[in-house]
Amino acid sequence: MRLTIADVEHVAALARLGLDETEKERLRDELSSILGHIAALDELDTAAIPPTAQVVALTNVLRADEVRASLPREALLANAPRSADGFFEVHAVLGGPDETGTG
Amino acid sequence: MAVGNGAVDLSAAEARRLLDAGELSAVELTEAHLARIEAIDGDLHAYLHVMAEVARRQALAADARIAAGHAAPMTGIPVALKDVLCTTDAPTTAASRILDGYRSPYDATVVARLRDQGAVFLGKANTDEFAMGSSTENSAFGVSRNPWDRDRVPGGSSGGPAAAVAAGTATIGLGSDTGGSIRQPAGFCGVVGLKPTYGRVSRFGLLAFASSLDQIGPFTRSVEDAAIALGAIAGHDRYDSTSAAIPVPDYRAAMTRDLRGTRIGVAEEYGIGGMEGMEPGVQLAIEAAVRRLAELGAEIVPVSLPHTRYALPTYYITAPAEASANLARYDGVKYGLAVEAPTLLETYERTRGQGFGAEVKRRIMLGTYALSSGYYDAYYVKAQKVRTLIKRDFDDAFARVDAIVAPTSPTTAFRIGARTDDPYQMYLSDVFTIPANMAGIPGIALPCGFADGLPVSLQILGRAFDEATVLRVADAYERSEPWAGMRPPLGREVG
Repeated sequence: MRLTIADVEHVAALARLGLDETEKERLRDELSSILGHIAALDELDTAAIPPTAQVVALTNVLRADEVRASLPREALLANAPRSADGFFEVHAVLGGPDETGTG
Repeated sequence: MAVGNGAVDLSAAEARRLLDAGELSAVELTEAHLARIEAIDGDLHAYLHVMAEVARRQALAADARIAAGHAAPMTGIPVALKDVLCTTDAPTTAASRILDGYRSPYDATVVARLRDQGAVFLGKANTDEFAMGSSTENSAFGVSRNPWDRDRVPGGSSGGPAAAVAAGTATIGLGSDTGGSIRQPAGFCGVVGLKPTYGRVSRFGLLAFASSLDQIGPFTRSVEDAAIALGAIAGHDRYDSTSAAIPVPDYRAAMTRDLRGTRIGVAEEYGIGGMEGMEPGVQLAIEAAVRRLAELGAEIVPVSLPHTRYALPTYYITAPAEASANLARYDGVKYGLAVEAPTLLETYERTRGQGFGAEVKRRIMLGTYALSSGYYDAYYVKAQKVRTLIKRDFDDAFARVDAIVAPTSPTTAFRIGARTDDPYQMYLSDVFTIPANMAGIPGIALPCGFADGLPVSLQILGRAFDEATVLRVADAYERSEPWAGMRPPLGREVG
């Protein structure tokens, strides 16, 4: 699998990851190489094999629906780069300087 | 002090006995470690943040608790915490610029449990950024050195706690293991490293890398200490729904020193008999360890794990896919680095572009690609199906044997910089450790000799939730050999 710069830019956009031109070129080469190793999986016929997403023998772990104390709001906002009136503050995603800014 | 400078070389079990007998105080033990950190950690760089004041306070409290006759197994024992474990009284950075200075509002469950037992926290230890790597060379804050040879890596990602336990700057370390990140550095540094069964230890407060693979476990100087530390951190936690509600046995009591009747599997695929990239010195030491286990009364049984060679490519789909989702939370809004831009989207991109290092970006990209439209079935689902085959290999083998032995890594510690140019070469360092994460089973790494002056490590794998057998086999082996008493030269040179 040989990736192109356009492939790298598409995936970077999905991942919300800013990359400079040098990084794009390096990732194109490195990811292509890693995907080449991963192609070894194609040797295996897995048509009849069920997927394993997790290995614990648990399903639908439930708990009682009861009110419990949560961490104080100030403690959670203390690490926020910007906050206002008890909320995380972000740039407007609608009607801002660039309305396409939500991606 | 009663035991002199040897305090930093004590096992936790030995320290416990001296502390409870009043022959050593927790303050003395803590000060001995802080002094040694001061003396050698500038060069070793096992720690990102030393918690000297916290440790001194905890040591005083531990001495009071011991005097009152209420000591728990970890009371007064000095611990290094990998810096992916959340702590309220020290920064938690994952060795990443994106979390530089982050202060968690809560403790990880394992941290809370050690705190409740009265352990002493010496500091937050180095790791590859977000636990992604095999050498600590991906730490944004600098590489750690191997105490046996300062020009070599300590392994990774949990290289910091491994190096600290080896160098005498912590009695016990806590790390995390997603594809070998406890066992491989334990092996490179010549200490014991235990990855428990997935679900044995709560992951609450562990900065998530790959949520179906991550597991927390200890670094120690003896197998007995691994049993003590596991007992302190294991068990169900209401805050981690994947933690198992299975009782925690008395792991020390399970170490009967008797291997008679124990069936130990040797997998032909694990390189005993030759594997590309396996160093001869490693192979010789592993073969000698297998012979020793037979002499101790174990029955050695050949087993086959035919899908072993597919574990690495499977891992490099599964782990990056999960990581790409987990690391989406670092967006410059809730915590950590924020690189402001005119729009929210650009703020995300600039923050993440500047905040993450090269390996983290590589894995986010690989994982996002594997999950993206058009490639999801070919990569992500394919890897999940192969994961089933890898797990079945172990199910079949464990129907016939009680434990499986293997090398921990195909090589001893490599030189700093030797593998940084080729990501896949770096990944190959985990070829023997990754299968256990894919299957969710426990594994321990322990010293089994030396090759050219560097530690070689034996890995023992067991059935899910059967850490007791893994520890029993490891303990019996350890007691039959001199390796556990060997200490690296760093900081012990004459003059």
